[in-house]
Amino acid sequence: MAQPVSSFLEPIGELQQRIRELEKEQTSAETAQALEAARRELRETIDRIFAHLTPWQTCQLARHPERPYTLDYIHGMMTEFTELHGDRRFADDPAIVAGFALFDGDPIAVIGHQKGRSTAEKVRRNFAMPRPEGYRKALRIMKMAARFSLPIVTFIDTPGAYPGIDAEERGQAEAIATNLLEMARLPVPIVCVITGEGGSGGALALGVGDRILMLEHAIYSVISPEGCAAILWKDQSRAEQAAEALRLTARDLKHLGIVDEVLEEPAGGAQMDPPAMAATLADALRHHFKQLRRLKTEALISKRYKKFRTMGKYLER
Amino acid sequence: MKPEANVREGLWIKCEACKEILYHKEVTNNALVCPRCDHHFRMTAAQRLELLFDEGQYKTLFRPIRSVDPLGFVDTKAYPDRLKAYTRRVGPGDALIVGQGNIEGEPAIIAAMEYAFMGGSMGSVVGEKMARAIERCLARKLPLISVACSGGARMQEGVLSLMQMAKISAGLARMREKGLPYISVLTDPTTGGVTASFAMLGDINIAEPGALIGFAGPRVIEQTIRQKLPEGFQRSEFLLEHGMLDMVVHRRDLKAAIARCLTYFR
Ligand SMILES: [Zn+2]
Repeated sequence: MAQPVSSFLEPIGELQQRIRELEKEQTSAETAQALEAARRELRETIDRIFAHLTPWQTCQLARHPERPYTLDYIHGMMTEFTELHGDRRFADDPAIVAGFALFDGDPIAVIGHQKGRSTAEKVRRNFAMPRPEGYRKALRIMKMAARFSLPIVTFIDTPGAYPGIDAEERGQAEAIATNLLEMARLPVPIVCVITGEGGSGGALALGVGDRILMLEHAIYSVISPEGCAAILWKDQSRAEQAAEALRLTARDLKHLGIVDEVLEEPAGGAQMDPPAMAATLADALRHHFKQLRRLKTEALISKRYKKFRTMGKYLER
Repeated sequence: MKPEANVREGLWIKCEACKEILYHKEVTNNALVCPRCDHHFRMTAAQRLELLFDEGQYKTLFRPIRSVDPLGFVDTKAYPDRLKAYTRRVGPGDALIVGQGNIEGEPAIIAAMEYAFMGGSMGSVVGEKMARAIERCLARKLPLISVACSGGARMQEGVLSLMQMAKISAGLARMREKGLPYISVLTDPTTGGVTASFAMLGDINIAEPGALIGFAGPRVIEQTIRQKLPEGFQRSEFLLEHGMLDMVVHRRDLKAAIARCLTYFR
């Protein structure tokens, strides 16, 4: 299946292709040598390209079609996952997956946006753009987790909440707002991880927690660079400029005090080695849940309140 | 009341809905509602507070809070320059003015958005003022009324703007726990991050007639689905029908409606 890959990553793709071909050939001293040379070149090429990533290139990585998605992480770091469906109000929204699993043998609630790989699956999952029922399903599972005193992890990867007639009719804004309000007070530890695209309110609706982690090449933004360019520059082709202005990279958001920890990705990005990425993520979750478990419920909730309460920059004179 | 920005200065004005030429005073004396067709003209935050507080009297809170430029944001203009221009033109209150006063004799806090200040966009200042308004309500056991009028989050402050949604909603959750009433008034327009946070979280949600209310803007939806939107879509009456609002109230009855609701929760 042909996937569009950003041109700046093409040299990496070509080298990977060459390595795959060499690996298929008969082992001879000559091919072994060529293989080693190609692998070295791949490492160097990755180092060169990733040494100076622009925010716009980071956007392309965050949206990379081979990037691991929520279900990949769930299966990569948890066992016994049971997906639960439906908001008990209207429908099930495949743009969000939610359920329970075992993490290091302990039960945990896991919720995340889910993109599709094939065209059919992309459409079925609405490109991970949830409708209100997706957010309501998420909240239903989170409240259930609270009832059974289970920690919650959310994986955030969406272009944004779906802008459609049906979504508006059923209260997209209300669904998002209610999640923000409810998540602020849930009496169990919540760790939110921005794994790919953190698209505005559609991302934030799964993004209120005790820790906000972000993968190195993920993005988190109040509006897509394309949308921002269309509004402020009246020109969608200025997206590259908008991406820079918006400060949407993990490093920027760590600096702004919004993200607690940036999780390093494998060389070339998470898509190059999904199991390694899942292992890094699992280690981070272990670390943060261990810290959060020590807190009494009241302290947990009041720290969460303070965390968001102090976000924002202003002057008082 | 002073004439509002989109009601042109002068003796005569044209109603943008019924196209009638109206005597200016006739409109201002009618709470900026067209006496012919009931079209609700947009109000400034100050006009809104005057309308809702007894004798139009209130104390402005959190006045010294000002926007900064945390990202060094430049589009076709630098954000600090934009801020300066709007402050000069509209006033120092940014896109939200918070007042404390009485509503039919009972103390309350009202937070009214100022659309003329960068489209009522919500950045750190709007978030901070709302959070402080909520904390003051918690400390003094006061009811909170917000009047939304906003295009959504302020892009120039990036994710910091987005986080204001979470910050305000977290505060409202505390008001709920403490049993303090919060009434949300939605006016034309209320979209984006403001709708998807405090505007939709009222114990009671009241809209003015004909107001555009939604999460996504109509143009974005049209571009996404490549269809014409149905008549009346995302208007107050549409939201009432779909269960998102408790009532749609004419501006002349707004204060009485708020006051009556507050009597139930005293
Ligand atoms: Zn009229």
